Amino acid sequence: MIEIKDLHKSYRMGSNSLHVLKGINFSVEDGELVAIMGSSGSGKSTLLNILGMLDVADSGSYHLDGVPIKDLSETKAAQYRNKFLGFIFQSFNLINYKNAIENVALPLYYQRIGRKERQEKALKYLERVGLKQWATHLPSELSGGQKQRVAIARAMAAEPKVLLADEPTGALDSTTSYEVMDLIQKINDEGNTILVVTHEEDIAHMCKRIVHLKDGVIVEDKMVEQVRAAQYVQ
Amino acid sequence: MKQLFDRDTWIEIFQSIRKNRLRTFLTMIGVFIGIYIYIGLSGAANGLQNGFEREFKTIARNSMFVWAQQTSMPYSGFKTGRQIQLKLSDAETLKKQIPEIEAIAPRNVQGIFGSNPGVITRGLKSGNYSVFGDFPEFTKIATKRIYDGGRFINDEDIEQERKVCVIGERTQKELFDDEENPIGGYIEIDGVNFQVVGVHKFAGGGPFDNDSDIFIPFTTFRKLYNTGENVSWFTIAAYDDANVIEVEKDIKATLRRIHQTHPQDEKAIGSFNLGEMFNKIFGFSDGLIFLSLVVGIATILAGVIGIGNILLISVKERTKELGVRRALGATPGEVRNQIIIEALVLTLLAGIIGIILGAATLKLIDSLTGGGDFPYTNPTVPIPYVLGSLMLMIILGILIGLIPAQRAVSIRPIDALREE
Repeated sequence: MIEIKDLHKSYRMGSNSLHVLKGINFSVEDGELVAIMGSSGSGKSTLLNILGMLDVADSGSYHLDGVPIKDLSETKAAQYRNKFLGFIFQSFNLINYKNAIENVALPLYYQRIGRKERQEKALKYLERVGLKQWATHLPSELSGGQKQRVAIARAMAAEPKVLLADEPTGALDSTTSYEVMDLIQKINDEGNTILVVTHEEDIAHMCKRIVHLKDGVIVEDKMVEQVRAAQYVQ
Repeated sequence: MKQLFDRDTWIEIFQSIRKNRLRTFLTMIGVFIGIYIYIGLSGAANGLQNGFEREFKTIARNSMFVWAQQTSMPYSGFKTGRQIQLKLSDAETLKKQIPEIEAIAPRNVQGIFGSNPGVITRGLKSGNYSVFGDFPEFTKIATKRIYDGGRFINDEDIEQERKVCVIGERTQKELFDDEENPIGGYIEIDGVNFQVVGVHKFAGGGPFDNDSDIFIPFTTFRKLYNTGENVSWFTIAAYDDANVIEVEKDIKATLRRIHQTHPQDEKAIGSFNLGEMFNKIFGFSDGLIFLSLVVGIATILAGVIGIGNILLISVKERTKELGVRRALGATPGEVRNQIIIEALVLTLLAGIIGIILGAATLKLIDSLTGGGDFPYTNPTVPIPYVLGSLMLMIILGILIGLIPAQRAVSIRPIDALREE
């Protein structure tokens, strides 16, 4: 699903150049649930941004579902993001003046799907995250966990190849964190490929594979015994 | 383009406009005031011009009065201080020599300029009224509205020196009973019987006009008062496209030549140029209309720039939202168009409200001033100007929208999302 070869990225800060990714080789198979770990400054967010086509690498190759991701125009990148990727952010990033169902339907709007079908699909995904009865509520009327579930529904609504979650539990307490991880695990059980960036050990161990980044290189890449989050959820 | 006709685009835009009512209100107020001021000012200027036109519609715009005075320079053997007397033949000469003259009406009067008014009697009633000796040409220069059933003096009256007269409203009231039809009736002017052929409605406009004036044929007048070929003054109208000041100069020069006065003797012939005065008045209202256009456009411009400014701030505020949209698959083009359409919608909405309220204000002013003496009639803004200002707003709205739109697109989604 994801093929990365010898990926380099550096940022220019005035006269200094900061080498953030120093040759990443990495691949993800269909249906995997991968945790990308590392302390801050390890390059994990940069990697996720490149994977999410929000940023471009200086060198190296990136294939997504066999499609080379290279020299994309902003328009093309937007279309690929819409088609291939679903984003889940630490701070949810729901649009505050749109209610839950409108937020979920937004990626479908950019896919030019008709209004009625959009509503149906959005409602379907809201139901899957257990928030059907909250469909017409604004984000400000939802709890943190609910917001993140809406965000997950939104990420899934476009039926992407890969879900990218950037610290999905970073803004949540541990109980809600487990609820969200439980949901992510269930989505993964259905065969979806998911990448989770996190710095929390327990969250990482709820994935099936942990990739450890340090100073811009992968220092560890191991399969782990998945801890089911459901056992922590009442 | 397709985006423009998509219902979802509009839902998106109205959601984002509705999201922050205060912002929307503040954004729109500049353009609203601009168009409101433009409509108000230019309507008022038009009303003033229409009012002037109404006031002076009874008299030709390019008209003037010319009369004779005393010379102030000796010339050709004549000493200074000689009284000049205009003659009927001067009219022919003037008309022949100055092609710009459309109509020339020699006039005589009894009752102003120091002469005694005519004594008018009818049965036991009598009064003193000004009596004018006139040609039919006079009505080509100053319209006389004659009541139904009557007429003004005509060519046959002149030829046959008929003893007919046109009387004023007041004269009618004072000499005739209420239900009596004055047409065909007889009045005595300085002892001579005249038949009334018309009653003129007083309209004002020219100097010396009165609602009691009596008009009789010029030829009858000179027999009655023994004025011979003498003419008190000429009322002259030039063609619309003629330069009235030049025509006035030509006329006076010609008259000086005829009456053998010094070519530089400005005092010998007196004149009053209504055309020049009209030009000044209409120049004033033209200037007002132009001023309102300039002020209006400038204010609209300022308002539109205000919209651009606030949209820039709002783009900054919405950086994150726009980043999320980009991450979810909005192309730069879609983001740009959304911002431009927002600018356009705000501009147009404000503009249309401004036009409606401006028109309502004009209507209100009209109803408050209507019917009065103040020269202010039908204050309107011509539709092409309204459409023109709307077009201007559309163009400016799009142009100003480009700035925040470009700013929105230039923010990379990753930077937008990183911003907390």
